[in-house]
Amino acid sequence: MGLKRFFLRKVVAAALTIAVIVCANFFIFRMAPGDPVRMMFRDPRVSEGSLELMKQKFGLDKPLSGQFVAYVKNLAQGDLGLSFSQQKPVLEVLAERIPNTLLLVVTALIIAIVLGVILGAIAGWLSGTKLDTFILTASVAMYSIPTFALGIILLLVFAYLIPIFPLGGISTPASGYEGFELIADVGWHMFLPAFSIVIWYIGEYVILTRSSMIEVMGQEYITTAHAKGLKKHTILKNHALRNAMLPVITITGVNLAFAAAGVIEAETVFAWPGVGRLAYDAVSQRDYPLLQGVFMLFAFAIVLANLVIDLIYGYIDPRIKVGG
Amino acid sequence: MPHYLSKTNKLKEFLQLLIGHPMGFFGVVIIAIFLGMAFFAPFLGTVDPAASGDVDNLLMPPSTQFWFGTDDLARDIWSQTIYGSRISLTIGFVAALITVISGTLVGLIAGYYGKSLDEVLMRIVDFFMMLPELPLMIVLAAVLGPSMWNIILVVSLVSWPTTARVVRSQVLSLKERPFVESSRCIGASNFQLMFSEILPNVVPLMFAQAVLMITEAIYAEAVLSFLGLGDPTSISWGMMLHSVFESGVISESYWWVIPPIVSIVTLIVSFSLLGTAVSDVLEPGYKEKKGY
Amino acid sequence: MALIDVENLKLYFMTRRGPAKAVDNIGFSIEKKKTLGLIGESGCGKTTTAMSLMKFVKPPGEIVGGSIRFMGKDIVPMSDEQIRQLRGKEISIVRQEAQNALNPVLTIGKQITEMILEHESVTRETALARAKKQLNLVGISDQRINSYPHEFSGGMKQRAMAAIATACNPKFLILDEPTTGLDVVVQRQILVMLRNLKEELGLTAVFISHDLSVVAETCDRVAVMYAGKIMEESDTVSLYQNPLHPYSTALIGAYPSLKGARRQLKSIPGAPPSLIDPPPGCRFAPRCEWAQSICDEEPAINSIDGRRVACHFVKQ
Repeated sequence: MGLKRFFLRKVVAAALTIAVIVCANFFIFRMAPGDPVRMMFRDPRVSEGSLELMKQKFGLDKPLSGQFVAYVKNLAQGDLGLSFSQQKPVLEVLAERIPNTLLLVVTALIIAIVLGVILGAIAGWLSGTKLDTFILTASVAMYSIPTFALGIILLLVFAYLIPIFPLGGISTPASGYEGFELIADVGWHMFLPAFSIVIWYIGEYVILTRSSMIEVMGQEYITTAHAKGLKKHTILKNHALRNAMLPVITITGVNLAFAAAGVIEAETVFAWPGVGRLAYDAVSQRDYPLLQGVFMLFAFAIVLANLVIDLIYGYIDPRIKVGG
Repeated sequence: MPHYLSKTNKLKEFLQLLIGHPMGFFGVVIIAIFLGMAFFAPFLGTVDPAASGDVDNLLMPPSTQFWFGTDDLARDIWSQTIYGSRISLTIGFVAALITVISGTLVGLIAGYYGKSLDEVLMRIVDFFMMLPELPLMIVLAAVLGPSMWNIILVVSLVSWPTTARVVRSQVLSLKERPFVESSRCIGASNFQLMFSEILPNVVPLMFAQAVLMITEAIYAEAVLSFLGLGDPTSISWGMMLHSVFESGVISESYWWVIPPIVSIVTLIVSFSLLGTAVSDVLEPGYKEKKGY
Repeated sequence: MALIDVENLKLYFMTRRGPAKAVDNIGFSIEKKKTLGLIGESGCGKTTTAMSLMKFVKPPGEIVGGSIRFMGKDIVPMSDEQIRQLRGKEISIVRQEAQNALNPVLTIGKQITEMILEHESVTRETALARAKKQLNLVGISDQRINSYPHEFSGGMKQRAMAAIATACNPKFLILDEPTTGLDVVVQRQILVMLRNLKEELGLTAVFISHDLSVVAETCDRVAVMYAGKIMEESDTVSLYQNPLHPYSTALIGAYPSLKGARRQLKSIPGAPPSLIDPPPGCRFAPRCEWAQSICDEEPAINSIDGRRVACHFVKQ
């Protein structure tokens, strides 16, 4: 099929998905009971005159189609509305928080995926042994525990009971830390929330890699490799792992939705000032514009990340790279 | 047709294998305990979990009067814990039921009829699957308002696409099997083929999906309630955690936090273990591998 | 000395219901540069035997007795490391065309060179040059050295397998149904290629198949297996023209001929016996036209004119 055509298809699909998300977002929020204007601008201090202006800007005085057009226009200009609980434009609020979330999520994912894949490969290679059963059972337990519940338990035990870690937040307030001290402080704050996210991910990746390994090991080409008299670790590396990794890469994209959930839960429990926590804040304040913005951000981010992963996969799998 | 032979025997055999599986055994036992808790709630020394009590009894640690202590509105935590099982299990089973039935119907129809109907249905499924689950559930729950039925609706809405896809795959492969061909040859109608021939063979898969969905639903209710989107009139474990968090007394009221956390984790992990056991047992060749 | 010498080989599969005697006390030898055909019905043990020549025994299978001598050395007691060094280098295998017999993520070139580099200490350049030569040897252009398996047709994949298998000039080649599943035209090409390889490299081989005509074309001697035992072993021409064992007779008789008078197809009634609880004595007796009570006793192996037959009724 050729790499170019593959890329093109994936990009078009991603664009379509984003279009769908934009529409969905619009319609979902129109479902809410009550006056949409009041809903968007809950602050009672806003004057009637300003409300009228807002109404016009967001096309709320026009029929649904008009509203939709206004919505899309605003979106294209980066106007996601006003977050009244934060007293700032939604876009600004999101932009402030994104780096914090990225820091947490990327760190957690890298650790979890690396560890998960290694353990999973070992479990798969040694399938049937006691070590494998142990790893498997532990992994099932690990990915079953809801992230927020794990977070609360960790909080209770390691922040209250045995106060090793801080109770929340991203850094010690008013500490004036700089440079390396700041990094260490943030790291110390990040440990528990990251740990909560990592646990679920490790469980998932172990199970995934393990079953991929087991399937690969049952393939004919592994027997061929043995018949060639290759060393065991050559077979493991060049034949088993290389093939087992392919589905793992694909599933990474699918799993990002769970990363979103994990991040929302962990940030809420540990008051980590990221976009996940914003969801909780928006809900408790009934700040619908903010909630809408958070939802779209998560949805967009996942679509984009999936696109990147698909492109990487296209490079790695020769069946796509060199068309069949 | 093979699947009609000794249906009860097959069921007994399936249950036997399930209980023989270490994860399955553990899962079944724990779930049974919670089911018991839910059924016998009124007889387990409980009072109305939502009844606020005396101002003197606010936030009391466990005592002979209040086995698990009281919360910040002097409500009995033991009762909340016991009755909470009803909420989690009800939402779990009902949402799973709705999800599995709707997902199976869509998967069955799409897989069986194929072509444009399949295309259209799968596009809808794909669209749903593109949206991240928890953010979507939060948005829907926020917009629809806090109530138990809304939670069930939201969970089902988000979960049915997976079941549809999975069922459709199996239907696609079953469609080509000889027993379907032969039934078609003797003049069975589409409806008959779908529901009398193909569907019974999809039942094991539906069961596996159901267990999975129950796990998802219980988890979803817990998270949504914890985030403040739960039904305030029914105190679920998630709501209890939400209240603790909101009240800010988490450090001083371990008795309020521990029961709901332990309950949530235990119930969800048990269903998850059961789910793994079910998919293991349903794997072709499991019986032989275990040496039967 | 024969290159391969199998004596009293017993390979059983340990199941919960008892050992399945998949290969029960067989013996044969293969002289240098000769090809032995191994034919029989599905499940008779021929593939199991073939794989065991490289000590490929999948659990729950176990070699419970006998010896397999390669150039005089018994491989049965060898350690994993010792046998690993023989595989690919001295003893190689070309198996039935399977969609997945080649690693999909490595180029053909890489799959050949990795074997050469494993067993011989040569430079990468040398290995690459030899890999290209191997491709030419099997009739594939060496331009395809960097192609991936999914770019090859079924026949080409089989040739690539042969190129890989012979890259280190092994002394012995196991051919396990190499043409099964391919259409006749491709079959012919593969057979021609195999013949060239054998001549070029002076290979000794064992050719497993259930296809009598293919075996007739390629093998010097043929052994007929049934239910884990060898029924008859002789040179190809004699076997086909004058089969001695009732089973061989029935087998060859079941084959329709392109020429000659039309006759009704004869099949062998019944089914192969259970390997866990085989019939006492001759295992073919239950389906044999000429069976008598003496067949309950294990028949001795009679040698006639360099042919061996396991039947009570062929004596001289």
